[in-house]
Amino acid sequence: MKIRCALIGSGNIGTDLLYKLLRSDVLEPVWMVGIDADSDGLKRARDLGVKTTHEGVDGLIKHIEEDNIEIAFDATSAYVHAENSRKLVAKGVKVIDLTPAAIGPFCVPPVNLDEHLTQGEDNVNMVTCGGQATIPMVYAVSRIQEVSYGEIIATISSKSAGPGTRKNIDEFTVTTSGAIEKVGGADKGKAIIILNPAEPPLMMRDTVHCLTKGEPDQEKITQSVLAMEAAVQAYVPGYRIKEGPVFDGNRVSIYLEVKGIGDYLPEYAGNLDIMTAASAKTAEMFAKQMIKNRT
Amino acid sequence: MSKIIKIHDMSLRDGMHSIAHQFTLKNMVDMSQALDKARVPLIEVTHGDGLSGDSVNYGFALHKDEEYLSAVIPKLKYSKVSVLLIPGIGTVDHLKMVEDLGVKTVRVATHCSEADVSEQHISYAASRGFDTVGFLMMAHMLSAKEIVEQAKKMAGYGANCLYVTDSSGHMLPEEVSAKIGLMREAFPNHEIGFHGHHNLGMAVANSLAAVEAGADRIDGSIAGFGAGAGNTPLEVFAAVCDLKGINLDVDLSALMDAAEDVATPIMGDKLPRVSRGALTLGYAGVYSSFLLHAIRAEKKHGVPAREILLELGRRKTVGGQEDMIEDVALELLRAGG
Repeated sequence: MKIRCALIGSGNIGTDLLYKLLRSDVLEPVWMVGIDADSDGLKRARDLGVKTTHEGVDGLIKHIEEDNIEIAFDATSAYVHAENSRKLVAKGVKVIDLTPAAIGPFCVPPVNLDEHLTQGEDNVNMVTCGGQATIPMVYAVSRIQEVSYGEIIATISSKSAGPGTRKNIDEFTVTTSGAIEKVGGADKGKAIIILNPAEPPLMMRDTVHCLTKGEPDQEKITQSVLAMEAAVQAYVPGYRIKEGPVFDGNRVSIYLEVKGIGDYLPEYAGNLDIMTAASAKTAEMFAKQMIKNRT
Repeated sequence: MSKIIKIHDMSLRDGMHSIAHQFTLKNMVDMSQALDKARVPLIEVTHGDGLSGDSVNYGFALHKDEEYLSAVIPKLKYSKVSVLLIPGIGTVDHLKMVEDLGVKTVRVATHCSEADVSEQHISYAASRGFDTVGFLMMAHMLSAKEIVEQAKKMAGYGANCLYVTDSSGHMLPEEVSAKIGLMREAFPNHEIGFHGHHNLGMAVANSLAAVEAGADRIDGSIAGFGAGAGNTPLEVFAAVCDLKGINLDVDLSALMDAAEDVATPIMGDKLPRVSRGALTLGYAGVYSSFLLHAIRAEKKHGVPAREILLELGRRKTVGGQEDMIEDVALELLRAGG
């Protein structure tokens, strides 16, 4: 048995996610929603046998019952998410939000997915690509020792940043900073994003700086950080610590690289991969719970 | 009377890089008062990396942007104040925090090929009636034609002034002439600006080339304060312009005094110069504010700053990627170990 789902948004993220859902044992992508019938994402979805509409979320809503859609992913933009979510939740659909709208609680799977499973929210927010890559590490430090300040720098290749990301770059920094505090456990969070146009495109890179209260416990923090690397690798195989943790006074720095698995954009677009992999993992856990409750 | 070229002082913003963002409020007030006396029309005041640049990555400033701006602005009689904002670091919210402090100009800076990340900030600043500048950094990395294409986006969002920014101090005068010349042609109704760094010793020559190619605004700083080997030294540029009959409408003697009597004592042994590291920035086309961070990495990890900077140039790093410095240092250490 699989839980049937819909993808809203046919840009880079929505299309990459589609490939991941097609491989899932518990999720079946049934609909893909866009606003441009000629978009590459919708074309690919049609070729893969997925139903499509270019009439936005309203084109989907009338089919929710007949197609038994139980989970929807929204990869549109923060501005339209609120309205999309309201319509979907009213139909009893669980919403995984990949925009920085953050109406629902933040979900970073290795940190707090279990919590969301027990609370059964209608809408969870996947923060940002930079947040998915770095917040597990902020948490890996803060679960050992209090972090007074957590800062992340996400560098992505220009080619992997779509027009939505560019137009709304403030939403990235604001949403990620908030999640560094709320999920990562830092007293104060700061996020920086940089686009680099180098050719060939550079692999997604993320740096995490934590300032600990008091001298950092190097051994325990190193162990915790390595364990977290493995936990993320379980769903993002190309995630790795490049350097660190480096200790300098009360600063703990971790340099990360995220290589994508090349579903839609090539391997350099680890930012796409970690976002869609985290979303797919979250939905799978919800789906397993739904299936279990039914049997 | 020839047209007046507007000079824009960088001492209190780019100069922050020279001193790891540690100016005191008094330093800022003293320098801005001296600039005011010399009738410099525009002075930039923020963290070296712009609004909200305060961070582990770029360094924590001694004071918040709001504190510096509040200290400087009320005491000025002639000069107006600008702020820098780099999308990805600062946000429209940061702009809102300082807009009531008397800021006149907002400059929104992006890497030269990424102008479309500035839409939120430029359109907000323009809608609020600011003198709004689009600032294309690392302009040596694109052709003149491509720079114009990117500048068109910023003009479309509402910028009234467009800058060719030589963040690495890598450009030579003929390149400046070509780029400013094409910008002049493409934007007859916009102001065009040039921001230079002195890493190859060319900042004054480049600024002069920019004026001759039609630029309206030139950035510089007293005693050349600024990242790397510093910005165009304003007192030198003003003297050269005077000899060339270019009208800056500033008081040359007061500028010289500001550089010698006020600025130089503040910087002490941190006065920018074409050091080995700064020269490497210009030579390799690397973002000027990487300099002190690379020297720090050399001290901590024992990898020569020059090697780190050359490698960062090979990897085509862009402004803001200071986090690559320790990463690359550790990588080089292992490769050489």
